[in-house]
Amino acid sequence: MRRRCEDDRESITIMVDGRPLVARAGDSVAVALGLNDILKMRSSPAAGAPRGAFCFMGVCQECAIYIDGALRQACLTRVAEGMVVELRGVP
Amino acid sequence: MGKVNKGAGAIADVIVAGAGPAGTNAALAAAASGLDVVLLDEQDAAGGQVWRKPLDGLNGLPETAELKAGNALRERLIASNVRFLPGRRIWSVSGQYRVDVIGADNPEFFEAPHLIAATGAHERVVPFEGWTLPGVIGLAGATTLIKSGGIVPGNRIVVAGSGPLLTAVAAGILKLGGTVAAVVDIAPLGAWLKALPALASVPSLLAQGAVWTLAIGRARVPVYRGHAVVRALGNGRLEQVVIGPVDAAGAPVAGSDAFTIDADCLCVGNGLVAGSDITRCLRAGHTYDRLRGGVVPVLDDAGRTSRAGLYACGDGYGIRGAAMAESAGVLAGLAAACDAGAISAEEMQRRAAPHRATFAARRRFSDAMAGMMALRPEQVRAIAPETVVCRCEDITRGAIDAAIAAGAKDLNQLKHFTRCGMGPCQARMCGDVVAELLAIGTGDRAALGALTMRPPLRPVPLEALLGDFSYSDIPIPEPAPL
Ligand SMILES: Cc1cc2nc3c(=O)[nH]c(=O)nc-3n(C[C@H](O)[C@H](O)[C@H](O)COP(=O)(O)OP(=O)(O)OC[C@H]3O[C@@H](n4cnc5c(N)ncnc54)[C@H](O)[C@@H]3O)c2cc1C
Repeated sequence: MRRRCEDDRESITIMVDGRPLVARAGDSVAVALGLNDILKMRSSPAAGAPRGAFCFMGVCQECAIYIDGALRQACLTRVAEGMVVELRGVP
Repeated sequence: MGKVNKGAGAIADVIVAGAGPAGTNAALAAAASGLDVVLLDEQDAAGGQVWRKPLDGLNGLPETAELKAGNALRERLIASNVRFLPGRRIWSVSGQYRVDVIGADNPEFFEAPHLIAATGAHERVVPFEGWTLPGVIGLAGATTLIKSGGIVPGNRIVVAGSGPLLTAVAAGILKLGGTVAAVVDIAPLGAWLKALPALASVPSLLAQGAVWTLAIGRARVPVYRGHAVVRALGNGRLEQVVIGPVDAAGAPVAGSDAFTIDADCLCVGNGLVAGSDITRCLRAGHTYDRLRGGVVPVLDDAGRTSRAGLYACGDGYGIRGAAMAESAGVLAGLAAACDAGAISAEEMQRRAAPHRATFAARRRFSDAMAGMMALRPEQVRAIAPETVVCRCEDITRGAIDAAIAAGAKDLNQLKHFTRCGMGPCQARMCGDVVAELLAIGTGDRAALGALTMRPPLRPVPLEALLGDFSYSDIPIPEPAPL
């Protein structure tokens, strides 16, 4: 994923699996991860297959991950300074 | 234990669910008739999918016709007395009528004798091997990234599937300076040529399509018509897309050569599904209409459903496209105003006339486009046994066929046999494909209808509702008829 327009928004830091990641205020978590080339968000519960954001409109639930301790859809959740994102599964 | 946190309530004359072209126009029409209208949307701004607002703080995004139309709509909304409440996700509809939402803060609910459902469509992707790999995303979903974020979803992108969104997405990526490795259109050139007279009935939209097509040609992007994705390959994420020719019905041509394209992103979609979420939840009368994107409510010529006070408009309740969604929205808003006694039947007819005319004038165009996007049964039949159909539960075509062979005869039975539809997406991603698989045996897709629909319309984070909680407060859905 690449952003191809000017971006005047402030940079903030979110914590992804314990590591800091730079994001832009206003972006969704799914976009922030994608722009950092993190596509895999979780493993499917039944087959353990890698999954990433898919529909980007809140329908498919593929990007439901633990954000600040609660299961949330990354495509509908905005990043916030210090936000804790877990891709490793249930914290 | 205490109670489910039901939050604060508010009463209005009309509630409009969804602030896309349909819902916003419905709200404006009802409010202009003197009614107190609440308009709800989970996004932060009105505009819906097609006229999505770019995020604040981004500059230099292309000035598209869609952006202008969206800005005009948003200005009309600000100038009106509609109570627009963005950032509210509707998770339940009940009674006559009560709408429960969660927002940034507390749950809220709204009550009104008139409810206009305008929640919009969602994407259909007919499964193929590897479609669950990270890097494979929805075609309609890609428009969201392009429009709101100025984002190209990959470095080398394959755009595949069916319908007008193919050219829209490919042209959108190119306009942002991205690289499209190929456009793969299941429709042969002949199908587009056949649709041309109908498309020419709305010259502005045909011209728009032509501009996009020219841009794709100028960038020398290979366009494979009459082709479809066979499989997506990669180690943990997408690396290659295999495509091959299909026949006029969309079935792979046996023995023909497939070939491989390197790509780190595949945007793929096969049209849109009219989920009819709210009208199904409220058990209005429905019918199956392949052209209109699935199980859709039976509506009169102003959007009235079979339930008094319940109206539906826009693509979520029958795929017709943005232009017709606007007119349908106005008509539904006027119908609600008329039924509420705010305007007379004569005045309603007078004000409805120009919108009925637009609706009629766009019909040919919209039918042709809907036809390109409609589900192709032959494409569904060609899904390989080992391909995952239900993403939530990793259920393959083979497992679904086995359940059908074991006696599952309708969608609710199939759900209990396989868990298909029990996952968090509630069959929104696979429902109409699964119904098509079931229909291979029964021969009657229409009779299968859709899975029994019940709240929550969208998953709700439990902690949002569980302030204090008692079991008697849990809404218990009626059991599925087996
Ligand atoms: C992802 C996507 C992208 C699309 N992109 C294009 C495009 O680029 N060009 C094009 O011509 N057509 C596009 N379409 C087709 C689109 O259906 C129509 O063009 C048009 O947007 C339909 O208008 P509408 O008002 O019926 O629905 P929409 O525009 O979809 O509006 C529905 C609104 O309801 C809201 N909503 C839905 N569910 C809830 C809920 N539970 N709670 C609260 N709010 C809710 C949504 O946030 C949305 O704002 C797209 C469709 C989809 C699904």
